[in-house]
Formats: sequence, C-alpha cells, structure tokens
Amino acid sequence: MALKVTDLRVYYRTLRGEVKALDGVTFSVADGEIMGLAGESGSGKSTLAKSLIRLDGRMRHAGGTVELDGRELPIADDRAMDEFRFREVSLIPQYSMSALNPTRKIGKMVGELLAARGVPDGTAELERRLELVGLSKDVLGRYPIELSGGMKQRVVMVVSTLLDPSLLIADEVTSALDVSSQKAVATTLLGFRDHGLVTSMMVVTHDISLVYQIADTILVMYAGRLAEKAPAEVLVTAPRHPYTRQLVAALPEVGVRYEDRRLTGIPGNPPSLLDPPGGCRFRDRCPLAFEQCAEQPPFAEVAPGHLVACWKAE
Amino acid sequence: MRRYFGRKLLVYGLTFFVAVTVNWMIPRFMPGDPVQSMLSRANVAQPAAVEAMRVHYTAMFGFDLPLWRQYLNFWGSLLRGDLGISIWLFPTPVTDVIVRAVPYTLGLLIPSILLSWVAGNRFGAFAARRKWLDNTVLPLGYVLTATPYMWLAILLAWALGIIAGIFPVAGAYGFDLQPSWSWEFVGSLAQHWFLPFASLFLVAFGGWAIGMRNMIIYELEADYVNYLRALGAPTRLVRRYAFRNAILPQVTGLALQLGVLVAGALVTEIVFSYPGLGHLILQAIQNQDFFLLQGTFLFIVIGVLIANFVIDIAYVLVDPRTRTGMGEAA
Amino acid sequence: MRSEALHFALRNRKLVVGTVVITVFLVAGVVGPMTIGHKPADYVGPAMAPPSGEFWFGTTTFGQDVFAQFLYGLRSTFLVGVLGGVLASVVGMVVGFVAGYRGGWVDELLTMVTNIVLVLPALVVLLIVNAYLGVRSVGVQALFIGLTSWPWAARAIRAQTFSLRSRDFVDLARLSGVRTPKIILREIAPNMSSYLFLTFILLFGSAILIAASLDFIGLGPTDSVSLGLMLNNAARWSALQLGMWWWFVPPGAGITAIVGALYVMNVGLDEVFNPKLREM
Repeated sequence: MALKVTDLRVYYRTLRGEVKALDGVTFSVADGEIMGLAGESGSGKSTLAKSLIRLDGRMRHAGGTVELDGRELPIADDRAMDEFRFREVSLIPQYSMSALNPTRKIGKMVGELLAARGVPDGTAELERRLELVGLSKDVLGRYPIELSGGMKQRVVMVVSTLLDPSLLIADEVTSALDVSSQKAVATTLLGFRDHGLVTSMMVVTHDISLVYQIADTILVMYAGRLAEKAPAEVLVTAPRHPYTRQLVAALPEVGVRYEDRRLTGIPGNPPSLLDPPGGCRFRDRCPLAFEQCAEQPPFAEVAPGHLVACWKAE
Repeated sequence: MRRYFGRKLLVYGLTFFVAVTVNWMIPRFMPGDPVQSMLSRANVAQPAAVEAMRVHYTAMFGFDLPLWRQYLNFWGSLLRGDLGISIWLFPTPVTDVIVRAVPYTLGLLIPSILLSWVAGNRFGAFAARRKWLDNTVLPLGYVLTATPYMWLAILLAWALGIIAGIFPVAGAYGFDLQPSWSWEFVGSLAQHWFLPFASLFLVAFGGWAIGMRNMIIYELEADYVNYLRALGAPTRLVRRYAFRNAILPQVTGLALQLGVLVAGALVTEIVFSYPGLGHLILQAIQNQDFFLLQGTFLFIVIGVLIANFVIDIAYVLVDPRTRTGMGEAA
Repeated sequence: MRSEALHFALRNRKLVVGTVVITVFLVAGVVGPMTIGHKPADYVGPAMAPPSGEFWFGTTTFGQDVFAQFLYGLRSTFLVGVLGGVLASVVGMVVGFVAGYRGGWVDELLTMVTNIVLVLPALVVLLIVNAYLGVRSVGVQALFIGLTSWPWAARAIRAQTFSLRSRDFVDLARLSGVRTPKIILREIAPNMSSYLFLTFILLFGSAILIAASLDFIGLGPTDSVSLGLMLNNAARWSALQLGMWWWFVPPGAGITAIVGALYVMNVGLDEVFNPKLREM
C-alpha cells in the first residue's frame, strides 16, 4: 500500500471562520496505481493534493493521518516535511509556465536545488531524462523565458520526478493546454509510471474524460468529502453515487471542460463549507434523497475496489 | 538588446532636446523683457558694467533676429559650451561657475544614492523575515520617506551641529582653510560632508527599505517559490532567489527616483550652505541670475540622463531577460 | 461586496490611523485659521518668544505667531496637494487610458512623451518656470506640479488598461458600437477605480513634498504662507543658529505627518481592496 490516508481533515482559516475544505477523507492508493482525483472546484480535491505535499499558510491540519510506504507524513510540520518532499512525494504544479525562477538558468537552478537537498551530482541523470521527454540538454543553459510553454511543461515534469518519488501529484497539469498537448502530457505521465520513475500517481483534474485515459482508478469528491472511488472503466460506465452519475451523464465530448458550464446538468449549488449541514452533503441536490440521508453515509465497499458514500448505492 | 538601448538613447536624446528648447523658450515667452528685468535686478552699480551687460545679453538673446535664427544660435553657443555670463559672479562664465560646484554635488549624491540603495535593500529584505522587525521598520520607513529632505537636514544640523556641536553646519570646509591635499583640509571636508550626506541617506534609505520589503513579500508568493518549497528547497535558497528577483524593480525604481534624489540634494545643500549646484540655484534665484539658473538646469538634466543610461546598463546586467532580447524591459 | 470592503476598511489599522491623522490636519487647516484673530504675517507678539499659553508655537524673529502661520500653512499645503494631485491624476489617466486602449502609434507617441517627462527632473523644471514668474500663487504652483508629476501614473494606468482592454465586457461594449470615450469611462475606469484612487493618494503626497521643496528654495507663493515657506523663513533668518526650534519643527513635522499618513493610508487601502494581501 503506497499511500494510506485516514480520516484526514484540513481546514482553511478565514476571517469568517474555518472552512472545512477537507472533512474526513479515508482512502488508499496502491503501488503502481494511477488515481484520478475529480470534482468541481471547491470539492476539496486541490486541498487534498496540497495537504499531501505542502499546506499553505492558511491551511490547518485538523486531524487524521497520511501514511506513505508505511511511514507517517508529518504534514502539519512544514520543516519535517522537507525530508519527504521531492524524494518521497513530489508535485507537478498547475502553474508549470511560471514554476521556474525567471532569473536563473535552468541547469543552474536545478543544480542548486539538488545541492540543497543533498544530491551532489544529478546532472547526468537530468540530461538523460530530458532526452526521454524529447528535450536536448541545451535547455539547461537557457533561461525559462527562452523556452516555449510546452518545453517548460516538460522541464518541470522531469525536475519533479528526478528523485524517483514514491508518490507524484499532478495538479491540473493539463488545464492550460490545448488538446494535443494534453494528450502528450498524459502519455508522458503514463511513461513515468511504466518506466518505474514514480511508484504511484495522483492526477488531480476536473476533467473526467481526460483522466479516464490514463488513470487506473478514479476518486470523485464532493463538498470536502469522498463520493465514490472505482476502477476508471467502472466509474465511467457504471457509477453508483447519484452525483457521479450526473457528472458522467453531463460528460461532454473529450477535452471540453465541464467546469466552464458550472454543471448545468445538476441543479443547485454545493453547500457552504463554512458551516456545512450534517448528513450527506449532496442531499439537497440529489433526486434520490430520503430521510436516512440526514445521516452521513459511510464510504463503503460495494464491489471489489468500488467504494461509494451513499445509502442507495447497494 | 540593441533595440532596447536604441529606444532608450532615442528617449534621452529627445529629452535633452526638449530640455534645451524649454530653456530657450521660457525667457522669451514669459511676460516682460528679460534683458531689462535682469539689468534692473542685477546689483551692478557701475554704468560701464551695466552697458557691457546690456550689449552682451541683447546679443545673447539676439532679439533682432527671426525666432528660428535665435533658436539655432542658442544651440550653437550651447554646443560651444557657452552658457552665458553669471550676474552673481560677474563676469565669470556660467560654465566655470557650474564646473566648480559640480564635484560637491556629486560627492554628496553618488555615495548617498548608492549606499542608501544597497543598505535599504539589504535591510528591507531582512525586515521581511521577522514579524517584530517588520512591525518596527515599516512605520519608521514610512516616516523617513515622508520626511522632506530639508527638514531632516535642518533637524540634524540643529541636533548634531548646533546643540551637540559635533559637526559643522555650514560650508564644505572650514572658513580658515584653502583647498589643498593636506590632511587637515581633507578632514575638514569629511566633517562638513557628513551631515548633508546623512540626511540624504536616511530619507532615501527609508524608501528603499519599504520598497524592498514589499517586493520580497510579493516575490515570496510567486509560483516559482511555491514550486521550490514543494520540492523541499531550504528557506535560504528560496530567499536568495526572491531577493535576486526583487532587486530588478528596485533598479528600475532607482531610475524613477533620480529626479527626487537630485531635488533632495539641492535643498539639503541649501540648508548646509554646501557649495554645490543647490547653493548655486539659491544664489541664482536670489540674484535674479537667470543664465546661471538655466545653465544649472541643463547641467542637471544632462547628469540625470547620464545616470539613467548607467542604470539601463546595470539593468541589462542583472536581468537576463533583456539580454536574451525577448523580454520587454520596464 | 461594498459592505465587505467597509468591513475590512474599519478593521485595517493602517487605514484608520492614516485617515484620522489626515482628518485632524485637514480640520485644523480648514477651521483653524477662522479661530485666529490676526493674519499669519501680522506682528502680534514679542520677538523670538518660545511656545507659551498665548502663542502655542512661539513667535518668529519679528514677533509673528508661528501657530497662526502653521494653521494657514496647512491650508496651502492641502490645497496644493489636492489640486496638484487631481491635475496629475487627470493627465495621467487621460494619457494612460488613451495609450493603453488605443495602442498602435498613439500608444508609441504617448509612451515616448511620458518617458521624456519622466526622466526630466520635475523639481528642476519647476525651478526654471517659477523663477520667471513674478507673482506666484498656490494655484499656479499646483498647476505646474500637476503638469510635471503625472508620468509614472500614466505608465501604471496604461499597463492596467492594456490588460483590461481585451476582456469580454470591453469587447462586448465595442461590438455593440459604444464609442471609445464612453467605453473608457463606463467599462474600464470603474474596473480600476480603487487603483486610480491609490494613484491619486500617492500623487497627493508627492505634490505636497515638491511644493515644500519649491517653497524652501524661495519659489513659494508670494501671496500666502505655506509650511515650506515657514521652513524657508526659519532657515533664512537663522532660526537654527538662534535655537528657535519652535519655528522650524512644526512645519516639517506637519508635512511629514500628512505625507506619512497618506502613504500609510495607501498601504491600508491596498490591503482592503486587494483580498490577496488581506489574508496575510
């Protein structure tokens, strides 16, 4: 079991109170698994992704544990986490275009980063991996501004995976790209796993149709909690949670992002996470809701590898 | 890069052209007869001298010629280095008067600008690290940068000069000394230099410290910082990068602040009767010495343009983006 | 949204402190002179008297009431700051909006002009102009300050306009045939109103400082008193050597307090308008 998350709670501090962005999630990711993590904005998927590598200043770890390869990650302790970052958990950020220091040559920046992390000589490996994604080693002598968007994206992907992390988090990596580049990025991510450069992967997206192409499993979140996790094929063809069903039914053609349409297929809005109502959070928008939904349904296994948080999922 | 410098030089050339034209136009298009008013205000008693001056000025302004000729003549004498004769120090040429004053102004300006910039940047970056430091430095910085240069100069002169008696408060060296390379003279020079320098330094320092502090906090929110942090980069490395990037707008800021700094030096010199360009301006105004005033104006403009160009070169050295020819410099 | 801004505004210490200081000085400058029975230049008391119950800030070498001068001086200072600041903002806005919105050769030309005025040292230009003016008033001073200190504002506004120009709502207005001045006034300006206000505050502060320097050099208004002129007089009549601190401390402190309060207010407002800074 590569990653094991148990009852994780992460809250955002705001002036109006704490927003329960991640309110008790429990799941695991197996060795070699590529898990897609899907949900609307505000579902808690980004909070989850950030929690596993670096909480930002306004986030508070309110409970629960994260275990990676049998070791607990000290996610609330920024200093202690440094040891795990890059080596064990790594990130391909959403903002690849601006992720590189604009005033350092790329090779120098990576060299300084590696030296600071106690990896004295990574240049040879770096050059080899750049070649793997179709970049010549010349890019190391250049400044980020001299690279095209696609090249920057690839450089970031190579840097992030350079120390063969056990878990790689890819956060909305494709949202800024056109369809053909999305395809290329997806292929590269698959290649990382298949070449054994990373053990497991979490691909955060709001585009199920894209993550479906590379993910082994898909986890759907709703309003800070887990809704459903299943093998990708099953989740798309035979979803059990009413939210996932509507999500899949509303699924547009490949590449079109549904977030732009604000989920026209599903009436209503997610509840406020400042002071969320008890019970199932999808209740108000759910066509199947009944009395028992006032109680939070467990995230239970209804078939091998298929977990659903819904009373009517049987 | 060639395009970058080309554009800059074009702007500076045009600026110089505008400055000269303004200089030429003002006495001609302001109300009144400049020759007459100059003569009546100049405190020259001897009729011979007055007559000599009248002839000189009339020829200088060339009022009997068509305007375009007057304008060309103005440029002509300017290019020969002829800025007219000073009334205040009649009959010394304005150029000589200015050349004698320039070293004093530069001696104040260059150290105070450079040192306040370096120290302010270091200190601002340092202050951004600690909350308590930030909370004390920030208000102090705002007070300093809001202080009129001459007022701080007056306060320093009063406190350290008059009351404490540590520093002299007038002139560039002791009244009993002649300029020479003796230790005594150099010591006196340094003593007289310190207070005007300190007041210029302090006001500018406040501004740079605040600017750097704000820039670095902004940089620490940047994407590249988040990425480095996510990869476990130590704070030391992150701060080094943030400082390096925050310096760039500060270099641009230096160019933008030049005018204000020069103005600060002028009024500070007046407070301390320091014999630089500011002192000349005051004398020129009090003696209605318009040639001297206009000459000083041109000299300052040229100085500011040269300084701008130096800063442009420095910017190219610190920002790789201008060197690769892709970035549009600020 | 509006009430939210107010909510944060009232809780922002910098903004509150800055506003209070400005208000106190503004009231002193507007109302204060009415409570004084004599003109600031009148010789009303003993010469060189230190502060006392009768003359709060003491008297000058000639027996003028420093406190009266201070109150009248505040008035000129605010006047020159507001007028100069407004004028510079207006010029900066017009140039910035037009350059940023039109682009092309109009932009090239205006940017060139902006850069030229930007590198010309404003105070030195003002010196030349003012020296030739026989009679100088606060209004004329503000006029010239406004005309020389707009460039950086124009540059900043141009950049902002540039980024707003291609937004959907602007495109929509353009496609529906709205004329350019109207688009700028109705669509672009309101979207950066907070930014424009911040710009005005900074120009306000810098106009005060420039005016003070001019006054100090001896090119202040010939028809009224100002804080800068007070400093000029104090320096000219050797208040320093005579130890008459009450003559030169109040005007400088007044300028520093007003300009400092403006700067601090600016930072506070920035935090209120900009939610990203607010969270820190």
